Amino acid sequence: MKKKMSSVPFNGTPEQEAKLDAYIAEHRAEEGCLMPIMQEAQLIYGYLPKEVQIHIAEKLEIPAEEVFGVATFYSMFNLSPKGKYQISVCLGTACYVKGSREVLDKICEILDIQPGECTEDGMFSIEACRCVGACGLAPVMMVNGSDVYGRLKASEVEAIIEKYKEFEREEKEYENMG
Amino acid sequence: MKTWAELQAIKADVNAKVFAASAPGEYRVLIGLATCGIAAGAMPVYDAFKEAAAGNDKCKVGQVGCIGMCQYEPIVEVIEGGKRTTYVKMDAEKAARVYKEHILGGQVVTDYLLVENGITCNSLEDTTFYKLQKRIALRNCGIIDPENIDEYIARDGYAALHKVITEMSSEDIVNVMLDSGLRGRGGAGFPTGRKWSFAAAQQAPQKFVCCNADEGDPGAFMDRSVLEGDPHAVLEAMTIAGKAIGATQGYIYVRAEYPVAVKRLNIAIKQAKEYGLLGDNIMGTDFCFDIGIRLGAGAFVCGEETALMTSIEGKRGEPRPRPPFPAVKGLFQSPTILNNVETYANVAQIILNGAAWFSAMGTEKSKGTKVFALGGKINNTGLVEVPMGTTLRTVVEQIGGGIPNGKKFKAAQTGGPSGGCIPAEHFDVEIDYDNLIAIGSMMGSGGLIVMDEDNCMVDIAKFFLDFTVDESCGKCTPCRIGTRRLYELLEKITGGEGEMADIDELQALAAHIKDNSLCGLGQTAPNPVLSTLRYFRHEYEAHIVDKKCPSHVCRSLLTFTIDPEKCVGCTKCARNCPANAISGTVKEPHVIDHDKCVQCSVCMQNCAFGAISKD
Ligand SMILES: Cc1cc2nc3c(=O)[nH]c(=O)nc-3n(C[C@H](O)[C@H](O)[C@H](O)COP(=O)(O)O)c2cc1C
Ligand code: SF4
Ligand code: SF4
Ligand code: SF4
Ligand code: FES
Ligand code: FES
Repeated sequence: MKKKMSSVPFNGTPEQEAKLDAYIAEHRAEEGCLMPIMQEAQLIYGYLPKEVQIHIAEKLEIPAEEVFGVATFYSMFNLSPKGKYQISVCLGTACYVKGSREVLDKICEILDIQPGECTEDGMFSIEACRCVGACGLAPVMMVNGSDVYGRLKASEVEAIIEKYKEFEREEKEYENMG
Repeated sequence: MKTWAELQAIKADVNAKVFAASAPGEYRVLIGLATCGIAAGAMPVYDAFKEAAAGNDKCKVGQVGCIGMCQYEPIVEVIEGGKRTTYVKMDAEKAARVYKEHILGGQVVTDYLLVENGITCNSLEDTTFYKLQKRIALRNCGIIDPENIDEYIARDGYAALHKVITEMSSEDIVNVMLDSGLRGRGGAGFPTGRKWSFAAAQQAPQKFVCCNADEGDPGAFMDRSVLEGDPHAVLEAMTIAGKAIGATQGYIYVRAEYPVAVKRLNIAIKQAKEYGLLGDNIMGTDFCFDIGIRLGAGAFVCGEETALMTSIEGKRGEPRPRPPFPAVKGLFQSPTILNNVETYANVAQIILNGAAWFSAMGTEKSKGTKVFALGGKINNTGLVEVPMGTTLRTVVEQIGGGIPNGKKFKAAQTGGPSGGCIPAEHFDVEIDYDNLIAIGSMMGSGGLIVMDEDNCMVDIAKFFLDFTVDESCGKCTPCRIGTRRLYELLEKITGGEGEMADIDELQALAAHIKDNSLCGLGQTAPNPVLSTLRYFRHEYEAHIVDKKCPSHVCRSLLTFTIDPEKCVGCTKCARNCPANAISGTVKEPHVIDHDKCVQCSVCMQNCAFGAISKD
């Protein structure tokens, strides 16, 4: 379980910091509050930049190593930013025996990145995950943890990715109009 | 706060208005909205019914958790009078038609009914899939609205809690659990009553009740379904456990991959508190018990009991040596019990119906029922709850509807990464804790993955080892280094580089890891290798000696060839081969250069004439 700290420059906003501080103030007295605070921080920033981890350590008056240790132990803490659309393909047993590996390979091929990486434009990142609990619909993939696609075939993923690219194009058009 | 009399009134009211047979012409439409249903597209179906029925007071549209037939999701049940009609594989368009023809027109739309073995079933209850089940842990799943505490109360919810608070001592509760014979459903099968009695016997200022909802076995979703479909059942049971051992605080450790379950648990906790069934002075007595939710963060080892407690404490979730056992020194150094979601889902029913009722079901040493998540190569993927002692054959062939595409059953994998496989020769094994151990597998938490002739058992073993290598917390060397070495050996074998001596090394290494690892993860990690070696040694040998993968899975061992009789020389394969391994002139048979071929199988998918085969 090796993880890389991000080299992307950190650009958090004061609003984000205020939100996190409010959460810390509310929960700091609870036993075992470190993980919930880190989970909240990840929700606020989208990932856990080193600066934020140090900030949490300072606020809780604990060694920064303790926060780093927790961050690197759990696979759900992201130390570098993810794509705007985070694709995760389930490689749990039920999905694996139904060919989810091929689905993953296909997506990597289409986006030209490897699992764990993000496309250069910051749009898509891809990772393998273990079982989202929709095994009955195997093979399964998820986008941004909420859009679940089941009974997938490798031949169908191109259309799904296209759909998100289409969203993007529409969003851009609106921006240009507005 | 609600008094017991008020709760009884709610129960009577909901039963009369919601669950009793409605008047003819009055409909209830229920849409399964668990993760599985939502993934299959149930939300637009729900919206379509909501929209169509707006303003129609003869048609109520509601949500339920999941009924367990993933294969047929999205599922809609239409209830009129005492009659249930189950529609399957629905979408918004079909919903509009059902609304028009069935709800408004009174005619069942037979096109969307479920067909099982060629027989059209009006309702789920008519299917073999359902009839052979015995639903205790899942009794409310798919029946009640999980976000409505009143519907839970109507189905005897919180009656068991009332009973233990008003009539039973801590000792009474523990004795009922002991007599029931209930064993933990999280994997190891430890008797629940014994665990509770140890913790009850401790003198301590603070004790804890924890629920393991980490559901780490990839391919299992029983616990998710219970949490999403019947969250109050878990809250009620934990509160009963609190009363039994003398604890005032509970924690549910849920994996973060289950957002819907977390949402419903939060709603349930809030509702239970409003009714005075959780929190301070429960049911107006001086008994206080609160429950908090803690989210996992994607570490399989945190399903192990000591690691789970370390994680709730907010630290790296590394296992701790035992003893001290959690019942003596667990969470925050206090006596703690930890039970699995499904274990808890049985508790209220046991209290209400008695230990004898429960222990009458199942086998001599495994009482009650077990929920299985059927997955893999099986027609009816889904959740099934059967009495202990049901044969694997019944589960796979009758309830599961057999293997798709006329393929042959090869093995069923139980126990996930800690378990093993059950080959066809043990198809008639009666499933219980001890029988599965005897044949080299284990009950596990209930994931049951079926494999057919197209699955390679060496590849499956490698798949699980890949998982454990990834999930080993690294605290002890036999597990950290040993599992990696096992994986490398399997990779060597599936890559065509294996030697017979590797099999001996696999076995020696497996024994070493089992004996020297600190926690259950390492101790059981070699099981998938050992059990596939026990029953499918010939597949290992085929990879090593013949350099062939009999199931055509392991890529490096495949040879692609073009049949010159069938090839018409259309050139499509040659144009698409990423390795430029195919040559030939137009209208002449093509050939593959095996030295260049990277076994991607693109050519085979592309040939419209079926001229390319792999071996
Ligand atoms: C590596 C590992 C992972 C485990 N994962 C789970 C899990 O996800 N869910 C679970 O209920 N038990 C899991 N267990 C078993 C727990 O340690 C514990 O035995 C169980 O939660 C006790 O509850 P029960 O007696 O009700 O089964 C796991 C054990 C090990 C060693
Ligand atoms: S056996 Fe493996 S998972 Fe368990 S403590 Fe040792 S290294 Fe960690
Ligand atoms: S695609 Fe098939 S028919 Fe066409 S050249 Fe290749 S093998 Fe021959
Ligand atoms: S399997 Fe792939 S690399 Fe090999 S011949 Fe066919 S297309 Fe080319
Ligand atoms: S194995 Fe993929 S969703 Fe469970
Ligand atoms: S129907 Fe809910 S688990 Fe699939």
